[in-house]
Formats: sequence, structure tokens, C-alpha cells
Amino acid sequence: MADEPKTPPPADTPPAAEAKPAAPKPAAAAAAAANDAKLKGRTTSPAARSAGKKAPEADMSPLMGRRGWMGLAWGAFTAASAGCLAATGRFMFPNVLNEPPQQFTIGFPEDYGNGVDERFKDTRGVWIVRTENDYTHEASGFYALFSICTHLGCTPNWLSAENKFKCPCHGSGFRPTGIHFEGPAPRPLERTRIVRAEDGQILIDKSRKFQEELGQWTDQESFLEI
Amino acid sequence: MADTKTIEPKAPALVRAWDWITETQIWTSIFRHTAPINDRNRVLVMLSNVFLHMHPVRLRKSGVRLRYTWCMGGISFFLFLVLTFTGLLLMFYYRPTLEYAYSDIVGLREHVPLGIMREMHRWGAHAMVITVWLHMFRVFMTGSYKPPREFNWNVGVIMLVLTLLLSFTGYLLPWDQLAIWAITVGSNMARATPFLGHEGPGFQLMRLGDVQLVHAADDARFALLGGTLVGEGALLRFYVLHCVALPLVIGFLMAVHFWRVRKDGGISGPL
Repeated sequence: MADEPKTPPPADTPPAAEAKPAAPKPAAAAAAAANDAKLKGRTTSPAARSAGKKAPEADMSPLMGRRGWMGLAWGAFTAASAGCLAATGRFMFPNVLNEPPQQFTIGFPEDYGNGVDERFKDTRGVWIVRTENDYTHEASGFYALFSICTHLGCTPNWLSAENKFKCPCHGSGFRPTGIHFEGPAPRPLERTRIVRAEDGQILIDKSRKFQEELGQWTDQESFLEI
Repeated sequence: MADTKTIEPKAPALVRAWDWITETQIWTSIFRHTAPINDRNRVLVMLSNVFLHMHPVRLRKSGVRLRYTWCMGGISFFLFLVLTFTGLLLMFYYRPTLEYAYSDIVGLREHVPLGIMREMHRWGAHAMVITVWLHMFRVFMTGSYKPPREFNWNVGVIMLVLTLLLSFTGYLLPWDQLAIWAITVGSNMARATPFLGHEGPGFQLMRLGDVQLVHAADDARFALLGGTLVGEGALLRFYVLHCVALPLVIGFLMAVHFWRVRKDGGISGPL
């Protein structure tokens, strides 16, 4: 009906009268006027709304009109759907995880000789290393290395004959200190937090990691002096 | 008297039986139209049959020219059907748990008749990745991604990604060293997801006060693996993704894709 660009017609004038002032064909104009009058109550144009025409009887609910109710209904539906979607997303994150604990004790210092110890590699993913003279701390004691290659996350093997860690995936090599020296690994192996538990055992805490390239190996808890 | 009555020669018994069958209500309720021997009937038959309506009533000569289409889309779809069927058969034997996964894969070769079934699934998967790429290549080189087909090109790109994801998720299921470390390496990329990966750019911004919302146990990689490492959670999640979720999505997109090919004027012709 193209009534948007025109000025709003007076409330009691059929829009067609203004749209076709000349009315060359009276019969057609009258039909168009009747048609427009019929459509007017349903149009959503601001022009029609501002014309001040009363809404039909059915819209006169004391609480809210039909449009308001539809808006509320769609809003509620959208909110409920969004809530379901969020709940579905949350469903993918369980509250309990059946994975090895991040903190655990590994026995007393006298249980370990010098060098790399592999007994916790399979179950906990760490190597325990006892050294006479540490790389950064320049003292004797323990440190624990994550058995995760810093290239792409495979588990390297400890080759005692060659005195190095060697990753089977892409050939990265690491010294017993954890420093990388061959292959694609871009940085040294990471160390875990290692402290004494209350009963004197060595406590490994994998929830904290120390990276050499960030200068974190100088941290007191990255090395256990004995 | 002298009137001779012409007696129609009786039709052979088989023809009569056929006529009787094709006049039953059962037959006519299924086959609404007679044979597609002229243009009008061809349209009627194609449009009123759920299986045939997937095909166009008529198509351009170039649409069936192998040198033009390579039939790579068709072969990809055929391989998808092969993979669906062989995969369904494998599901009767395979259990996605740490205890059984690997031995079930070995068992599929050693203890089950047609031990080649798992290999067919594997070869089919490799072949499908290749044919999907070649299909993309053909569509690109013939300019068939141009309007009005640009929407369908995008649907195709999503399906390419889904094909690769199906390949990736299926790769873990044998649960051998190759599988575990391939998925370890692959899923480590998800650590670097912007905002949602615990080593990705901007993850520090995802916090409520002092609480860090994104960390190793609730980031994008965790959602993928169901754990912080490739373990039983990852095996089960990849199994469900591989066997149910991804095939459903790609099947739905295939319907859209084929429909769109028709609506955009059929298989594109040479310029």
C-alpha cells in the first residue's frame, strides 16, 4: 500500500483518498479505498499507529495487548532455549574427573639414587631426577620433569645408555636436566613443584609448572635441596 | 447363425498375472503413475517418488560428462554410504573402552568372518578424504563456486571440515600408540584456542573477579577430550562424535547440498 513515505492521513479519511486525489476511475478508487480501510487496522506502519485508531476489541486485555503478549512469549521461549543450550554445554564438563591426582608423595630421598628415575612415568607422567649439582640451583637434590615433550606433547623415552630423553614422535632430545639439544622441541622440559611433605616424604605437585625459558627454574619450589 | 464372433487371443498367463498385480490397490497406491515413457510421465514419476525426487527430471548433457564433473561429488556420497554401512557393522563388535578397544580392533581382523570389513572402513575413509578434496578442486577450477552457487560452496566447505573431523575422530578408536599420540598432538592445538583454550590468546580475560574461568580442566581441549589428557573420556567422546554426532550433521548438510545443487540450476555447465 506504500503508505510509509506519505504523511499520516487524518484518522477519519481513508488513505486511498489521499493516494489518489484525482480519482480518475471512481469505481476502482472506491474499491481500493475499501480495501485500504480493511487493511488499515492490521498495518504495522508508524503512520497507521499514529493515526490513533483504536485497537480491535480482542486487544483490549487489561494486562497487555496481543503484541505485548507475543513479545513476552517469544522472549520467554528464547530465554528457555538459551538456558537449555547453556545447560547442554555445561553437561560436557563433569564435576568429578577420574584422572590421577595432581599432588602425590613419592617416598623418602634415600629411596632414590643419583640419576633419572622412571618409576612414576607411566602412572603419573613425571621423571624424578636426583642430582649432585643442579643446573640452576648449584646444589644437590631433587627435581621432577613432566614427561611431556615440549614440541607436540608426546611422551619421550629415557635412554640411559645415551644419557638423554628422546621423543619417539619427532626426535626431540633432552639432557637429564631437561634442556633440549636436538630435534624440533622449542624449549626445555617443564619441571613440577617439588617439596617435602609433613611426614618427610617428597611431594610432587603437578598443578604448578616451572619453565626454564621464563627463568622459573630458579624458584625455590622447583628444586628440593637435600 | 452365420455370425462369427471374434475371440480375442488370450494373453499369456504371465502377462495376465502382471496385469492383475498392477491393478491391485496395493500396487496402485505405491506406484501412482505409469511408466516414465514420455516427458509428462517422467516429471510425474520423479516428483511423486521419494527416492527418485532426489534426481533432476532432466539435466544438462555436460552434467554427466565425466571429464567435466569427474563424478567426485557422487563418489564422495557413495563412499559416505559405504562408510555408514561398514561402520554400522563394526559397531556390532567394537567397544570404546580402554580395556577392550584395541583387542576388539584386533578381533575384527582375527575373530570375525570377513576380517577385511575394518579395512574397508579405513580405506573408504582415506578415499573419501581424497575424493572430497578432488571434488572441491573440480568445483573451484570450473568456477562453480560463483553466484548463484556461493551458498552451496560454503556448505561444501563445512562438509569438508566435517569429513576431516570424522577422519580425525575415527583415527583414535583403534587405541594404539599411533592413535593416542596423533590425537594428543592434534588436540593440543585446542589449547591455543582464542579465549577458550587455557594457553590461547586472551584466556586471561576470561575471569570473574579473581576466578580464572578458563584453565586446563575446563577449556576447549577439555570439552573435546573429556579430560586433561587423551584417556577413556576422550575415547568415548570421539566414539560418540564419530558414530553419531558428526554423521548426523554431515547427513543433514548433504541433504541441503544436493537440494541446493538442483535449485541453483543443476550441475554447473562449461562456460
